[in-house]
This record gives sequence, C-alpha cells and structure tokens, in this order.
Amino acid sequence: MPIDTTTRTIEIECLRYDPQTDTEPHFSSYQVPFSDDMSVLEGLQYIKDQLDGSLTFRWSCRMAICGSCGQEVNGVPVLSCHTFLRDYFPHKLRIEPLNNFPIIRDLVIDQNDFLDKLESVKPYLVTKLEKPLAAGPHLQTPQQLNRYYAYSQCINCLLCYAACPQYGLNSDFTGPAALALLHRYNADSRDQGWQVRAEVINADAGVWGCTLVGYCSEVCPKAVDPAHAINQNKVNSAMDFFGVLKLMNKGGTE
Amino acid sequence: MKPSSEPIFWMLFGGGGMLSALIGPVLILVTGILVPFGLLLPQDTMSYDRMLAFAQHPLAKLAVLVVISLFMFHGCHRTLHSLHDLGVHTGTGAKVAFYGVATLATLLTAGLLLVIGF
Amino acid sequence: MSRYRSTAKTAARTYMQPMAGWWTKNPYFVRYMVREGSALLLTAYALVLLVGLWRLSQGAAAFDAWRAALASPLSVVFHAVGLVMVVYHSYTWFDVMPKTAPDQPIDPKLITGGGIAAAVAVSVLILAALLWGAP
Repeated sequence: MPIDTTTRTIEIECLRYDPQTDTEPHFSSYQVPFSDDMSVLEGLQYIKDQLDGSLTFRWSCRMAICGSCGQEVNGVPVLSCHTFLRDYFPHKLRIEPLNNFPIIRDLVIDQNDFLDKLESVKPYLVTKLEKPLAAGPHLQTPQQLNRYYAYSQCINCLLCYAACPQYGLNSDFTGPAALALLHRYNADSRDQGWQVRAEVINADAGVWGCTLVGYCSEVCPKAVDPAHAINQNKVNSAMDFFGVLKLMNKGGTE
Repeated sequence: MKPSSEPIFWMLFGGGGMLSALIGPVLILVTGILVPFGLLLPQDTMSYDRMLAFAQHPLAKLAVLVVISLFMFHGCHRTLHSLHDLGVHTGTGAKVAFYGVATLATLLTAGLLLVIGF
Repeated sequence: MSRYRSTAKTAARTYMQPMAGWWTKNPYFVRYMVREGSALLLTAYALVLLVGLWRLSQGAAAFDAWRAALASPLSVVFHAVGLVMVVYHSYTWFDVMPKTAPDQPIDPKLITGGGIAAAVAVSVLILAALLWGAP
C-alpha cells in the first residue's frame, strides 16, 4: 500500500491528571495534523512538542520492543508506537493510561505492583546444582526451545494486565505476564524450579485467580498467549494438589 | 501463600462444563422442547413407564446422578465467580453456600434414585 | 508494600480508575459475561431435572403433572432461552479448550473443531437412539 503523505487533522483526547491540583482526571482535546506514517506515539509527541508541553507519557524505543508506551486507545490496550493514527481517522482517539494501575500523572501509571509480582515468580533459571563451566554449555533441542520460546518474548509492557478484569477486581492476582514468565522458566529443560515457584502458582492469587477471560492473549503485542500459559498450569496445579505430579516425579524436589 | 482449594471445585466445574458442552443442548432440546411439543420423537419417549424403567437401570442411575451433580457444580462455580466479577464480595460464606447447594442437589439426586429403586 | 520506590517525585496521590461496569465497556467482556451467565440457565435446568426425578419417584400422576408443566408457555420460553445459552456455552467451551491443553504442535482450531464435532455427533446419536430404538 503506498504511503499517503498528505497531511490530515485528527482529534486526540487525552486523559489528564495532575496529582498536585486534581482530585480526579479530566480529558483535554487536541487537533493533531498527521500523515499516514505517523504512529499514535508520534501524535502524542506532536502534542507535547507543539501544543502542550505538560502532557506526560512514557516512551522509549519507538519500535515495539521496550514495552514503555502502552496506552488505552478507545478503551483497547495497545503499544502507542505500534498503532497508527490513520487507522482511527476520521474518528477521534481517546487516549487513557493503562487500566487497572494507579495513575501517577496523565498517561503514566505506577508499575511497582507488577515489579513485585515479576520478582515473586523467580524469572530466571533455577537449578539444583551450579553446572561448572568446564562441563560445557546447556544443550537444548529445537523441541525443548519451542516449549518456552513464545513465552520468553514478553516485553513487560503490561497490556495484558490492563486487559485483565481479574487483576482489576483483585490486584492480589499474580496476573498474566508474571504467570506467563513463571511458565516460561518452568517449561525450560534447563530449569528445575517447579517446587520453588509452586507456592505462587498454586495459590488463590496464582493461576486460580484467572477465569479465562482470554483478553490478555488478544492484546499481547508479542503473541505470548498468557491465557494459555496460565490455563495449562491449572491442570499442573491441580495435579500437584492431588499429588499426581509427585507420582510422575516431575519438577524435582524442594 | 497457602495452596488454593480451587483444584477440587475446578475439576468438578470442568467436568460439568465438558459434559454440558457435549450433551447440554441436546438434553434441553429433548426434554424442554421436542417432548413437550410432541415433535420428531415418539409420543411415549418420556412416558412415566419408560422413564421409570430408565431410572431403575443402574447405569442410567449413574448417568442421571453425574448429569445433575456436575451441571450443578459447574453452574454454582461459575455463578460464584460471576458474583465476584460483578463486584460482590464472595468470602468463605458464599463459597459454602454455593458449593453447599450443589452438594445438596447431588445428595437429593442420589436419595431419589435410591427411592425409585432397582 | 512494594519494595520498589515510586519514581514519581510527588509520590503520594495517585488516582485509581473505578471498576464499576467494567464489562460493559468492551464487547469482548460482554461476550465473556454472557458465557459466564449461561451457567445460571444450566443450573436452573439441572434443578428442573431434579424436580422431574422427584416427581417420578412419587408415581404416575405426579410425573404427568411435571410433564404438563414442561409444556407451559413459561417452561417453553425458559427452555428456548436455555437452549440458546447452553449452545453458546458449548461453543465457547470448545473455543477456549486449546488454552487449557498443554503446549502442542497441533493447530488449536483442530481442538476446537474436534470438540464441536464430538458434541454434534453425541447429540445426533442421542436423538437417533430416542427415535429408533432405545428400549
């Protein structure tokens, strides 16, 4: 499709919240000239550079890999660098910060709760014994790689948390990305950490906090499919509960 | 964090979900629409004599018990979670009430099947 | 409390968006609530069967009264709505089944399609048995 370089004008409504002066957010509307190659993030940057320097939002890489620029656009969580203004024209855009997180200012949310959850799932290889360097590399077959590869693509952008009503209703829920990363390590043939992650996975706030709404997997920009990671682990958690995992001698000890 | 007791109820929910996904529609179609309207099926499909004979067969007893019990556990589990979805606080009391209803329905079904005899 | 310090200099006052009415704000969530709502109809249907069993245990007259109640307009409307909802439950159940299955190299659509095909086959089998033959 040839790029249309003619400039049109689109209306962008942004949620504004200043913690020092506001008790609740309001919306400000901006008229933004755009061409077909402009992302929503570039629209926000136009506003900040040309119309209102006080508009606050996060961004970094502009290429859908850093995971910083997640926003709700018309109620759908997206990476704003990965979404184009042309797809909304001639309608307006309503941009809000990601759902289910406290708003610090304008479009910026507080991610701390997620960071705690990410840490709780021990998102690194857990092994019983450190393998000496001299023993050579950890070899993996392509099949073993495939078992976790898709789940390792997570960029922690939090779109899945914004898409998850269960997290919104009860922020104790460990949530989609953290549980998908938990599974990513459990599914790794080099990892022996099932037992140390079992407490998180088996809890009410673990996989059992999920009711398989499935929207997390719809909005994931990296096709991680957290809903699949969580729900196949309901089976594993149930087998653990009934002692079947021990019988199958899966996941090692301690 | 202590392990969730959810696996027990999730298995019952899953069993009921699978069973009702397979035969729920056809059961409702037969008992709720075709038979009352006398459509398609023989007139005596759900006559007292046939239903009594059916309910006296041990395998049919098992089928009736499994259908009613699992449908109830599936329905109560989902409804309990829906209340939470709607913002209603569902603590231990709600859990006992909802799964209690499903358990009661199971016991009643078993009792009635025994009363009907073999 | 998070061990991660807030990066905001003003720290304190954040704003939390309310959750009330969350499921009305996205068609995806509306479909989810309809799916979950199907359980109400299924529960009610199980209770209808339970009542039928109770009436059966009371003898022919009681059972025929239950049969007559099944033909009442209210009952027919209930069963028609129930049928639609439980068909939707059936479809959504198999639609999300691949998410519960372990990672596998097969296409998720095959799992969904297989489940729906099994439901159709079992339904046809039950209808056929009722039509021609079951004693």
